[in-house]
Formats: sequence, C-alpha cells, structure tokens
Amino acid sequence: MNPDAATIAAGAPIEVDLTPIAQGQDIKVFWRGKPIYIMNRTKKQIEEARSVPVSSLPDPATDQSRVKEGHDQWLVVIGICTHLGCIPIAHEGNYDGFFCPCHGSQYDSSGRIRQGPAPANLPVPPYQFVSDTKIQIG
Amino acid sequence: MSGPSDFQPTNPALKWIERRLPIMGLVHSSFVAYPTPRNLNYWWTFGAILSMMLALQILTGVILAMHYTPEATMAFKSVEAIVRDVNYGWLLRNMHAAGASMFFFAVYIHMFRGLYYGSYKEPREVLWILGVIIYLLMMATGFMGYVLPWGQMSFWGATVITNLFSAVPYFGESIVTLLWGGYSVGNPTLNRFFSLHYLLPFVIAGVVVLHIWALHVAGQNNPAGVEVKTEKDTVAFTPYATIKDMFGVSCFLIFFAWFIFYMPNYLGDADNYIPANPGVTPAHIVPEWYYLPFYAILRSIPNKLAGVIAMFSAIIVLAFLPWLDNAKTRSSKYRPLAKQFFWIFVAVCIGLGYLGAQPPEGIYVYAGRTLTICYFAYFLVLLPLLSRIEKPRPVPNSIADDVLAKTGSKSTPMVSTVIALLVAGGLLVGGAQNARAEEHQDTPPSQKWSFSGPFGKYDRGSLQRGLKVYKEVCSACHSLNYIAFRNLADQGGPGYSAAQAAAFASDYKIKDGPNDQGDMFERPGRPADYFPAPFPNEQAARAANGGAAPPDLSLITKARSYKRGFPTFIFDFFTQFQEQGPDYVDAILQGFEEKPPAGFALPAGSYYNKYFPGHAIKMPKPLNDGQVTYDDGSPATVAQYSHDVTAFLMWAAEPHMEARKRLGLQVFVFLILFAGLMYFTKKKVWANAH
Repeated sequence: MNPDAATIAAGAPIEVDLTPIAQGQDIKVFWRGKPIYIMNRTKKQIEEARSVPVSSLPDPATDQSRVKEGHDQWLVVIGICTHLGCIPIAHEGNYDGFFCPCHGSQYDSSGRIRQGPAPANLPVPPYQFVSDTKIQIG
Repeated sequence: MSGPSDFQPTNPALKWIERRLPIMGLVHSSFVAYPTPRNLNYWWTFGAILSMMLALQILTGVILAMHYTPEATMAFKSVEAIVRDVNYGWLLRNMHAAGASMFFFAVYIHMFRGLYYGSYKEPREVLWILGVIIYLLMMATGFMGYVLPWGQMSFWGATVITNLFSAVPYFGESIVTLLWGGYSVGNPTLNRFFSLHYLLPFVIAGVVVLHIWALHVAGQNNPAGVEVKTEKDTVAFTPYATIKDMFGVSCFLIFFAWFIFYMPNYLGDADNYIPANPGVTPAHIVPEWYYLPFYAILRSIPNKLAGVIAMFSAIIVLAFLPWLDNAKTRSSKYRPLAKQFFWIFVAVCIGLGYLGAQPPEGIYVYAGRTLTICYFAYFLVLLPLLSRIEKPRPVPNSIADDVLAKTGSKSTPMVSTVIALLVAGGLLVGGAQNARAEEHQDTPPSQKWSFSGPFGKYDRGSLQRGLKVYKEVCSACHSLNYIAFRNLADQGGPGYSAAQAAAFASDYKIKDGPNDQGDMFERPGRPADYFPAPFPNEQAARAANGGAAPPDLSLITKARSYKRGFPTFIFDFFTQFQEQGPDYVDAILQGFEEKPPAGFALPAGSYYNKYFPGHAIKMPKPLNDGQVTYDDGSPATVAQYSHDVTAFLMWAAEPHMEARKRLGLQVFVFLILFAGLMYFTKKKVWANAH
C-alpha cells in the first residue's frame, strides 16, 4: 500500500531554468505533487534574513544553511505551511516572505517561521545547481 | 439470544427451514416477542432511525458507485454526470449527501440520550463501547466520503486531516505517506479512500449487529433508569415498539426530505463545486458540521501534537464514561445536579461546533480554549465528582409504577426539546455557512428569482434570453463544459424543442477525430455535443486574459456564496434560501465602477468591482446597454442582461431543480399523511398499554 512504482517514477528529479526569474520575482513549480517556490531574492531581502539573531527564531536556522553557497540570492523552499498544509502566499506578510492565509503563519525571506501556529520553517527540498542558471530538484 | 423463543411455524416448508436454520425464531424472539420496557419515550426511536439510515446510505451508495469514477481527473465530472444524466441521479446524490448529515444528527441525539439516561452504566458498558467504535467508524467513513467528489474542500480537507497524522512522533511521516499513497494528496489517495469508504459501512453493519446483540443481553434502558422486574414492566416489541419507531421514522423522514428536496446545499460548502486544485488553497478550510466541535478542540491547542491528542481524546474519553461516572442512579431525571450540567454540556458542544467554523482569530481562540476545558472538565472532573457528592431523588420502584405515575402528556417536553435542538442545529449550520463566505466583501443585494422557494420555477423566457447573452458575450472567454446542446430541449429548462436544439447545435463547429487518416477535423455540432470551450487548455486561457483563467460557468451559481449576516441566516433556514450564488453573480456583473474609491490601489490590468472579494477583478466590464438584441422586446439593459444570464447559469448549474421541487412536494404530502396515519395507529395500539 506504499506508493507504487509509477508514483515513485513521477517523482523523479526535475530541472528548472532560472533565467526567466528576475530579481525580486518568484515562480512556483510542482515536484512530487508539492508546490515549490523558487525565489530570486533582492539584496534587501538577503540582508533582512541574515540580520536576524538566529536564537530568537522559533525554529532556529541560519539563512546560509538554507541556500547554496555562491548562489545566495536563490531561495528554493517547499510551499506547504508546516502547520496544516495550506500554500502560503509569496511576497506577503510583515517579513517580505510568505504569509499563510489559513491560520496566519508568517515566514521571512528565508522561508523561516517567524510568527503564527506553524512549528517549523518551510522545508528545503533536495536540489543542486547544474549550472549557474539551472537547478535540478530531487 | 434473549426473550422467549417459543416460535414454531405451522407451514411444513417453513418448519423444514426452521429446523435447519432457526432464523425465523431468531427474528421472532429479537424483534417480535422481545420484551421492551413500556415507559420508553421517543428518544428511544433513534436506534431504529439509525438502522434505517445505515441501510439507506448503503443502498444509495452502492447505486452511486455504479456511476462514479474514483480517478482524480474524472471524479468531479462523474459526480456531475450522475446529477445531470443518470435517471434520478440528482435524487440519489442528494439522499446520500444529506443522508450523511442526517446519520450524524441521529447519532448525536442517540448518544446524548445515552448520556442523559445513563445507558452506559452497568451492565451496558460493552454496549456503550461498541457504540463509540461505531461512531469512530462513522467519522472515518464520512471523512473519506466527502473526499470522493474531489472538489476544493474535498482535496484540502483531506490534506489538512491526513497531515494531522504527521504529528505522531517517529511514525508520523510514514503513516501520512501510507494514507496518501504518494507524496501528497492525489490520485492514489482518492482510489484508496474510495475502496475504504465502500468497505467501512459493512464493518459498521457488523459492529451494529454486535451492538444490538449486546443490547438484547442486557435489555433496553428506560427513562426511569430502573431495571425490568416483572412482566408488567414490558410490552412485546411488535406491535408496540415497532409502531412507535415507525412514527418516529416518519417524522425524521420529513426533516430529511426538507434537505433532500429543498435545501440540498445548505449543509455543504460552495467551494466543493470548484474542482480540486492543488495549487490554490481556499481561504477558509472548514469540515462538515458534524466534525466542527472536534476541529475547534484541535485548533484550541497551539501545539501540533497536543492538538491532535486533544482531538482524539475528546472522542476516546467517551469510552471511559462508565467508569468516570459510577453514580448508582442511572437516569438524570432523578439527578437534579447532573441534569443541569448535562444541558450545559450540550450547550458547550454546540458552542464548540460554532467556533469550529470561525476563523481562528481573536475572541474565537479564547472562547475555543474555554469551551475545550469545559468539555474535558465535564467528563474528567464533574461526573466523577457528582457521582460522589450528589444526592439523587428517589427512583420509582418499577417501570410499571413509573408508567402509572404519569398523568399528563410527557410528549410536550420532548417536542419542545426537539424543536430547540432543530433550531440550534440549524443555527449552527447556518453560522458555519456564514463563516465560510469571503471576508472583505460588500454584501450583494438580494434579488428576486423566479426559481426561489418551494414552488420556484425557471422563467423560460429569461433562460432563453440568458442563453443569448452567454452565446454572444460570455462564451468568448468562459466555457460551459457540463451543458450539452440536447440539454436545451430538456424538461424544466429553456424549453426549446428537440429540432430547435439540433439547429442551435449545427451552428457550432466541433473538433472531432482522429479520422482514418489519423487527422483531427471539424464538423457541425450535434445535440449530443457539449458547448465547446473557447480555449484549448488552461494555459492558453491564462495567456489570453492577463494571467487569470476565466472559470467555467456551468456551476458558478453554486460555487459562489457570501456572508448572509446575523440574523438573516436564521430566517434563511426556514425560508429555504439557496440563492446566495445567483445574487453574487448578478452583483458582480453589475458591480463594476469606473473610478475606484479614493485610497484604493488598483493593480495594473485589473478593474474595480464593488462585490468581488478584494475588489480587483481581472475581467473587464462585460455587459453594456444595447449590447445584445432581445427578440421578445425585453429591455436591452445591463440589469436585464445580468438577471437573465444569471438565471440561465442557475439552470446550467441545476437543470433538474423543477423536478426536485415537484417531487419534493409529492414526498412531503405523502410523508405528512403517512406520519399522521402512523401517529393514530400508534395511539390505537398503545391504548391499552398506558
């Protein structure tokens, strides 16, 4: 009763081209049935994310640990609220990150939970940079 | 098993069977000769009502399953096909959907009866626990059933509830993956839910057999809470209990018919008329009303795991009731303190239900927490305490004494309680409906619709004019996928003849193929064809409309709603108001304003609409005066166009409305006569027993 072979195959890695995403923009792709936000962050967003004291976060994590070295402006997170599974809206909320309309959880520009009932940060899916303008998710 | 088994058939063939499988003797001893306490009141008819509801759900469900397709891309469409094309499919669907709510309504009354009269006490503990098991199975069945139509609420309700299990430490993720059959709610989930939804009712039936067996071992409890002592205390099940149950059933069916025929969408959610979209979360995810109290408890606790534990505990605590409350006196009739707290507990449950439908903000959060504490305090603190300190009133010596002591009619408190409960239930559901609607929205004005009310009919002229407006204006961007040209000639619709519908169809070019060369080709439309969509796929629709895909209009008047406000939604329950959708659509079409109010930032490419949630709509004003020429001389104004096209779209969403209301009237007349007959027969049968 676990996922069958076809379902697992449909979950194979996908490649996403980053060139159409301008600074400050984001796109949503689907992988394994889950929505994934790929955000091209502005300098301001990166600075805001890095200036927060990590110990004050409900789910402590540094911004650096959530992005790939040398590609700091790219944030790739699974767009599923860690509270009860709704899809948060990008570029909303007090932290210029994500806002979940269901119960009001707010995430920052690094996808970390800042306020609201969600217990954890937006998860980062497995991905790597195939080239400077292309990533492979999964 | 219990009761006198002195049944011997006279017919030799029946004697032959009886010797080999004494099933007639079993039925006789269990449901004919079975000694039943003679002081039972109407709260005891709900067992029979529940048995009937289980049989009805299984019957309607099995027939529905013959036409339903449990596949993610086809499920929603197959349900619409049942409602539109299957003979009396609309009736089957309404019976099954409303039936689920009726099933829960009856089970809650049945459970509250057990709570009040101490039916869970010794020697009926196992009976009670079997009941809790049945209740849990019902909740699982109902949840999975709601997922099957694969609407927005089906999908997102499934997402939220299956995600709950991720709170289980260590095993959580594996459990969720097993439930999903994949990496998220999707087709494998739908398939396995369908399989289990078909299976569980039969498991319920099996546990019900055990439940009735356990009941027959101990015998029924009764309002006095005093056990049966002599033959004078009981009457034979048939005809006494049987006819009383029949009357109870017929009254219940009247209540049931109200929803099937006149308020089919009152208990549901407009969002479930939108096909499931994994990329769009509805603003309010609300479960069906019968889960609301537990949803409120879940959301009251800020911690994920604790919330899940609290929610399940709220049900499991019921199983411990026989040990939490071990007061010697069974019936709350003779326990003045317990009686008062019981009614407070009922109010707490209804309050929790109301809160479950509200957004988890502000005062609702505090109220939810308070009531959650009250709920658990009732079981864990109050009942154990009362069983120690309460001084009960003296109980009657026997059931026979209890019956003789009764002077006036004891049905009055029952009737007023029933009415109070109905009103409370109606308010609860209405309140839930109210909360579901969008916020930040101007209330659309209430329009007069020819199809509203129990005797409502479609205005054929209006439908024909509306069709013209759709064809000449709306069809450029909006599809009407569920309407075929032949529907234009159907009873209860625009009233075209079959020839006219065929002529209408032939004006259209329909893509068909592949032909024998393997090519697609175009041909004139036929009555069996559906209205063609203006765009080949959603992406093309988005690209041509500034990024927003124009929704299909077949169900739009059922897929939209708005807050009716207090106390309007109370009156709505009694006036059968179901026209939120048409009011909303009509308002949108006329609600465009040239200049947005000062201070409103209208995004580029959007237009200001007074009634659209958020006020910025991507659709430009579609209707202008004089745009469409009406052949019958009706005014060529925006208001007229809007009214007509909305009426047409209401027909598109519910083509069988007239048949539904007509059959409803016949059923109501029959049921009222039937209930009357049952009542007088019951009075006659019981004349010598009182």
